[in-house]
Amino acid sequence: MSEKVLLDYGSGGRASQRLVSELFLGQLGNDELNRLNDAAELRVSGRIAMSTDSFTVDPIFFPGGNIGSLAVHGTINDVAMMGAIPRYMTCGYIIEEGFAMDDLERIVTSMGKAVKKAGVCVVSGDTKVVPKGAVDKIFINTTGVGDIIVDPAPAGDRAATGDAILVSGTMGDHGLTILGTREGLEFEAAVQSDSAGLNHLLVKLVQEIPDIHVLRDPTRGGLATTMNEIAGSSNVCCELNESDIPVRPEVSGGCSFLGLDPLYLANEGKFLCILPEKYAEQALEIMRADELGRDACRVGTVTDANPGKVVLVTPLGGKRLLNMLEGEQLPRIC
Amino acid sequence: MSIDLFKEFRDPGLCRGLLETLNKELDRELRFMEVCGTHTVAIFQSGLRSLLPEKVVHLSGPGCPVCVTHESEVNAFLDLAERDGVIIATFGDLMRVPGHGGRNLKAAQADGASISVIYSPFDALKLAADNPDKKVVFLGVGFETTAPTIAATMIMARKQGLTNFMVLPFHKTVPNALSTLLNDASTRIDGFILPGHVSTVIGLEPYGFIASDYDRSAIITGFEPVDILQSLVDMVRWRNEGIARVTNNYKRAVSDTGNAKAREILYSVFEPCDALWRGIGLIPGSGLKIRDEWKDMDAIAEYGIEIKEVPPLPGCRCGEVLKGAISPDQCPLFKKVCTPAKPVGPCMVSTEGSCAAYYKYKVD
Repeated sequence: MSEKVLLDYGSGGRASQRLVSELFLGQLGNDELNRLNDAAELRVSGRIAMSTDSFTVDPIFFPGGNIGSLAVHGTINDVAMMGAIPRYMTCGYIIEEGFAMDDLERIVTSMGKAVKKAGVCVVSGDTKVVPKGAVDKIFINTTGVGDIIVDPAPAGDRAATGDAILVSGTMGDHGLTILGTREGLEFEAAVQSDSAGLNHLLVKLVQEIPDIHVLRDPTRGGLATTMNEIAGSSNVCCELNESDIPVRPEVSGGCSFLGLDPLYLANEGKFLCILPEKYAEQALEIMRADELGRDACRVGTVTDANPGKVVLVTPLGGKRLLNMLEGEQLPRIC
Repeated sequence: MSIDLFKEFRDPGLCRGLLETLNKELDRELRFMEVCGTHTVAIFQSGLRSLLPEKVVHLSGPGCPVCVTHESEVNAFLDLAERDGVIIATFGDLMRVPGHGGRNLKAAQADGASISVIYSPFDALKLAADNPDKKVVFLGVGFETTAPTIAATMIMARKQGLTNFMVLPFHKTVPNALSTLLNDASTRIDGFILPGHVSTVIGLEPYGFIASDYDRSAIITGFEPVDILQSLVDMVRWRNEGIARVTNNYKRAVSDTGNAKAREILYSVFEPCDALWRGIGLIPGSGLKIRDEWKDMDAIAEYGIEIKEVPPLPGCRCGEVLKGAISPDQCPLFKKVCTPAKPVGPCMVSTEGSCAAYYKYKVD
């Protein structure tokens, strides 16, 4: 194949076929995908969870991952948050003409590794090559499907007064890494994206803990935004202890330099879990036993004090709102 | 610098002790004002505000440079953004400040104006070098803290021989604004927490008049809760003793004499002038204009911009908020019509504006 992705590769002709059979099937292939039918034939029964997401991250390569692995983790994590075992995925690539073939190989390869690790089959895919400028390098859409294994499924409107609020690890790693890489900033210590597939840990958690009320991954908008969504849908107050929220020193240092708040930065390998107080310790043990939940801890409690609001108890013992952001975090002026 | 160095200034035990002292020594209401957006945010973000005794009234003064930028100045840079051949370079905070008809730079950008959000004014020089057929105009908004860097950028531009870099000089200086506030009967200020950043440049001397002419204390203060509480305790003690002092409690960052080198750079390019402050109006000697020797970089001269006083935005009480005459939640528009998503006035726009801080942090 040529060194650059040419328009021919999206034509549906021989060039496309070569790209699909040599690269995509090589990395993502399985019995169903290899049949290359117009659609996948799947066996599903009962309640399923389904989620789609489009990935346009800039830069496409960043410390801790790239757009290919991220496109897998993002979607399967969303499916798993419903108390489901992710089974199948589809992926659609939109590639800008002239994109380096080496880069495409790296992306598809890491996508292949991520789906294998997650135990998910890519059963349908699509590749389009568009003229230069029509997209920024490469965009990927993925859709995931999984079997829901708990009833009722965890949901954003199920947080109840008295519930414990847990997070699976440090906040803001992915967001700061992306921003730092994009702006070419170098921090004192290296920061790395936390992008990871959480499904194995989540499945273990929902299988062993009988009644998890809410599971969410605090992606765009970070912990603060996700907590506000939950407080709103459940009409409860989420009270968080600021000192208990884990943030890596290098992330907190980078944020303070840029005037950003790590609680509003995206995570791609963390989840928050809201459940009855009596299960909190057991859930933390399960989480901490897994590499991806090593830093898990309790960060707060659901109350009825200020319905719809997230209240932060500061290290001084004062209280303040942790509100939604209006738009992107802007650099400060002085 | 490692953030652990500041740990003791956030120590909950120390803060509790200072709060107890404050409570014990406070014999009547204390109305204190901070005039720095970083203090506004620090007081809320640390949760300190919810812990202050009831008798301590916290007023957020005109300490956010975005907020005090006058309506007519906002209109001037919006008009400039729409001119052909101009690239506006600005810090991000100005993007959403509303001007005439609620229009802002974000809207202008969506309509095709060339606007570049930068992190350092030196980035504007690169922008100018990369776009030789365009004029790059940097929006000079900020206090004494920012102005020396802008001056240094202009000096650098001249050294590099850039002829297409200009500054729209809307900088403000703090001391004269404080005397205007002390003369205003609606504010009733007992003492000032003086800005940490501005004071690193100007030092202690320019604030002397607060004690000598107005018999009020004013203290240069750091941004951690222990810093702020210590200054409040000092303020109350001195009042109890019947004295007024202007002092520096932030010696770990601020020298009493300020930064002479920064002032030298600042005043080699700028000179004092009268300036319009939003909500307050004209304050003599509170602005910085570009000296004649640097006229080639003055966007006001280049584009014949006239700063005319325009009526304030209808219904907006930002002016009274900026003077500490009302608190943000006393404005009828607050949280109802005026929100960070659709700000009516500038105090809701900037992350360091007092209305935005109330909206973001205050538990009802």
